[in-house]
Amino acid sequence: MNIHDYKDLYVLIEHEQGILHDASIELLGEAKRLKEDRPGLQYQVVAVILGTASQAMLHELGQRGADEILYLKNEALNTFSTERHTQVLYEAIVERKPDIFLIPATVLGRDLAPRLAARCDTGLTADATKLAFDPDHEDSSLLLVTRPAFGGNLFGTIINEDKRPQMTTIRPGVMDKWPKQEEHRCTITEKAVSLDHIPHEVHILEVLEKDHMAVDIAKAEIIISGGRGVGNGFHVLRTCAEMLGAEVAGSRAAVDEGRIDKAYQVGQTGKTVKPKVYIACGISGAVQHLAGMEKSDYIIAINKDPNAPIFQSANIGLVGDALEILPLLTEEIRNYRERPS
Amino acid sequence: MNIIVLLKQVPDTTEMKVDKEKGTLIRAGVPTITNPDDLAGFEAALRIKDAQGAKITCVTMGPPQAENMLRELYAMGADECVLISDGKFGGADTWATSNTLGAYLATLDYDLIIAGRQAIDGDTAQVGPQVAEKLSLPQITYVEEIRSINKEKIQVKKALENRYEIIEAKMPCLITTLGSIAKPRYMHVREIQKAFDKEIPVITNEHLKLLPEDIGLKGSPTKVKRTFTKEVHKNSDVLTLDPRAAAKKILDVLLDNQYIGK
Amino acid sequence: MDFGLSKKQALSQKLFKDFALNEVKPLAQEIDEEERFPVETVEKMAHIGLMGIPIPEAYGGSGGDNLTYIMAVEELSNYCGTTGVILSAHTSLACAPILAFGTEAQKQKYLIPLAKGEKLGAFGLTEANAGTDAAMQQTTAVKEGATYRINGTKIFITNGGYADTFIIFAMTDKEKGTRGISAFIVDKETPGFSIGKTEHKLGIKGSSTTELIFKDMILPEENLLGQEGKGFKVAMTTLDGGRIGIAAQALGIAQGALNEAIQYTKERKQFSRPLSSFQNTQFQMAELQTKIDAARLLTYRAAVLKDQGKPYSTEAAMAKLYASDVSMDSTRISLQLMGGYGYTREYPLERMFRDAKITEIYEGTSEVQKMVIAASLLK
Repeated sequence: MNIHDYKDLYVLIEHEQGILHDASIELLGEAKRLKEDRPGLQYQVVAVILGTASQAMLHELGQRGADEILYLKNEALNTFSTERHTQVLYEAIVERKPDIFLIPATVLGRDLAPRLAARCDTGLTADATKLAFDPDHEDSSLLLVTRPAFGGNLFGTIINEDKRPQMTTIRPGVMDKWPKQEEHRCTITEKAVSLDHIPHEVHILEVLEKDHMAVDIAKAEIIISGGRGVGNGFHVLRTCAEMLGAEVAGSRAAVDEGRIDKAYQVGQTGKTVKPKVYIACGISGAVQHLAGMEKSDYIIAINKDPNAPIFQSANIGLVGDALEILPLLTEEIRNYRERPS
Repeated sequence: MNIIVLLKQVPDTTEMKVDKEKGTLIRAGVPTITNPDDLAGFEAALRIKDAQGAKITCVTMGPPQAENMLRELYAMGADECVLISDGKFGGADTWATSNTLGAYLATLDYDLIIAGRQAIDGDTAQVGPQVAEKLSLPQITYVEEIRSINKEKIQVKKALENRYEIIEAKMPCLITTLGSIAKPRYMHVREIQKAFDKEIPVITNEHLKLLPEDIGLKGSPTKVKRTFTKEVHKNSDVLTLDPRAAAKKILDVLLDNQYIGK
Repeated sequence: MDFGLSKKQALSQKLFKDFALNEVKPLAQEIDEEERFPVETVEKMAHIGLMGIPIPEAYGGSGGDNLTYIMAVEELSNYCGTTGVILSAHTSLACAPILAFGTEAQKQKYLIPLAKGEKLGAFGLTEANAGTDAAMQQTTAVKEGATYRINGTKIFITNGGYADTFIIFAMTDKEKGTRGISAFIVDKETPGFSIGKTEHKLGIKGSSTTELIFKDMILPEENLLGQEGKGFKVAMTTLDGGRIGIAAQALGIAQGALNEAIQYTKERKQFSRPLSSFQNTQFQMAELQTKIDAARLLTYRAAVLKDQGKPYSTEAAMAKLYASDVSMDSTRISLQLMGGYGYTREYPLERMFRDAKITEIYEGTSEVQKMVIAASLLK
């Protein structure tokens, strides 16, 4: 493997029923950013898409930063199969020799990428949250890949010096999309691929709906919790939680007042939780409640009383009415997510 | 039915603390546990054994103290336990690890290999699929339920982000299991009494005869350039802001710390 | 003298801690408030081999040693004195005498199901007029050919309402005093046997404490445990072992109470600092832990002596005497350290405080323990 034979930034595009996955578009944006970060390399951004894609989809890939689209066409590839996708991509990699290959860290990506990397005899870094070219060598295409480990307690910067492609899966929701450029030059390389030579011993028999089942708040990453101060305003917390992808919990006072079910009680006589973020709304911070949440990574407290004990345990405290602040937070998050990109 | 379960002994990362000054993890005093996804996969294997009979072999690659974990697995009902351990295997990334595991597993008879989806220290979820690649086995990842299994095929329920899939694969194959696949049973007092008398063969590179460039640090295409801890600012300021400003402040905090994605 | 645990013992202890935390702790308050026997917990305990820890595998047990068994009682009692005594009474007072004094046929028929946890055991010695004065047995067992006719009433019998197999004591020969007492194994289905009233107690409220009523109950002579007239020895030997179990229960309660207080005083702030930063709090905890450790060593020593086949009666008495005393100190002081909250049902201390008291009373009062110890000193 002569690493100097490898060039360009490749991105795997996931799609479903005519819609490109957001995560893939984010990766395109990141590839574009990397390209512009080191123009001396003269790298192209190549979007790799398998299956069948409409003109609209291909057009959008160009608008989102792809200089070239490698369209590996076969209708059967619209359905994911580890065996087929791995082999098709492997053959493409052998032929095209990409220097960098970015794959979204979705369930599909995390199934495919390790297998593909092993077949290509190259290294793979998982779940990257940050990418950068090696700052110490301006001509180098060596990628410094930063990712969390130890449950998020530690970050590591990983390099793959001797093997190519440099492969990494990237967390959805972390990278930025490239703002849609109406006019962006993009060539399409379409190849019909045959799957006859590839074993196909894994079959999807059925697809089932996933509904939002009863939640174990102990497993939530973000919790918005309401106390006496919220009164009957829990619907405000729920709306905000939905926007945040969070779960709603309550203090004992809220449970006793019938505002929320006991299954969601946090505290001495309820559950102990250790989420990444605990937003305590209208909770005074009595010792019984603290016992249930003080090990949260980051505690945000909102309370009308500036002397509420909860402020002593919070990472950040905001004096105010949670029922006024949360709807605005919901709005701020929505605006942020929908900001023109 | 011969089932092999791959397990890893890991530090309990939920109990881990960070040395903010040095930017490192404080490992002293952190208990070790069996990686939860792996343990759940092992329980799934035990249930197959209970239902239709099977021989369960637990394999781990790790330092000598991984033996403690294997004793616990014996006490839970494992039939055989093997420790792959050699200084030369140390420092391996997932590629080198899979190489080593694959070399050993290739010497065994099996119908099914179960690996946990990911380990709570490395968090890569790569070893399972890479071992499958080494052994040229069909793979199914993110398995939440084993619906049926026999020597010809296995049928499982796989959990994706927004749906489930019922998938069937030809045996032999490898699956990676989610922690939710099965709640692990307790050890049995009677089995604990016997666990320390059972044999645990230790496999070294003397047995596997892998080349130095294929194992350990040398055999790892990915290397750690540096590690660091996250800055979490303990802001003990209590701010009085108007509601809009307060909302913006919360959003900033969530974004800055990457608690929500962009 | 090795004060460490063997690997088997350490791993067993890990299992017990895990089980107690996940299965026992969540139900402790509820079974106390509802005065409910934790049937589901006992089933789970049976499932993992807890109900026959020191019984050989050949008799359905787990083949462990007495120290391991004692640690199980301790760990369960950390969170729930009721669950601890259920295990202790079953193992020390029902399984152990059959193992020690039973015929092979009796072991096959009665010990195996008990050790497997398929059946629950109990021990019926105490009567209305025979508490500390245990020899004043008024239950009679009249031999009639190949059977015995039993009449009488037992009181305060732990596990009474839920046990399947009872070790009971009755006078086969009133003339002979203590040498006229015999031991029997009784199955609860035996005609003439019924459960009388259930006691409502200060503590260990989930423990089923009942009367046993024998009205012309007929037992075949195969159910005689040990020899006729040797029943008192069966009782006393059995209680020697039972004492270690109660010591472990007291020890568990003592440690559990202190653990709660430590946790609480770290969180609770007054005068702008956690309670645990005050020297008064620290000193009280230091003293308590020292006493608890001493109780632990006494208890473990008695268990080890029993495992070694050495005499352990005095040491067991010392363990129970001291551990029960420490459990009273620990629950009282730990509750005090938790102040008003400690007195409410939001925290488990008030239950532990109520649970501790019985350890100074049953299976030989503290006074009886002192009699045993004094007798050994003065012989």
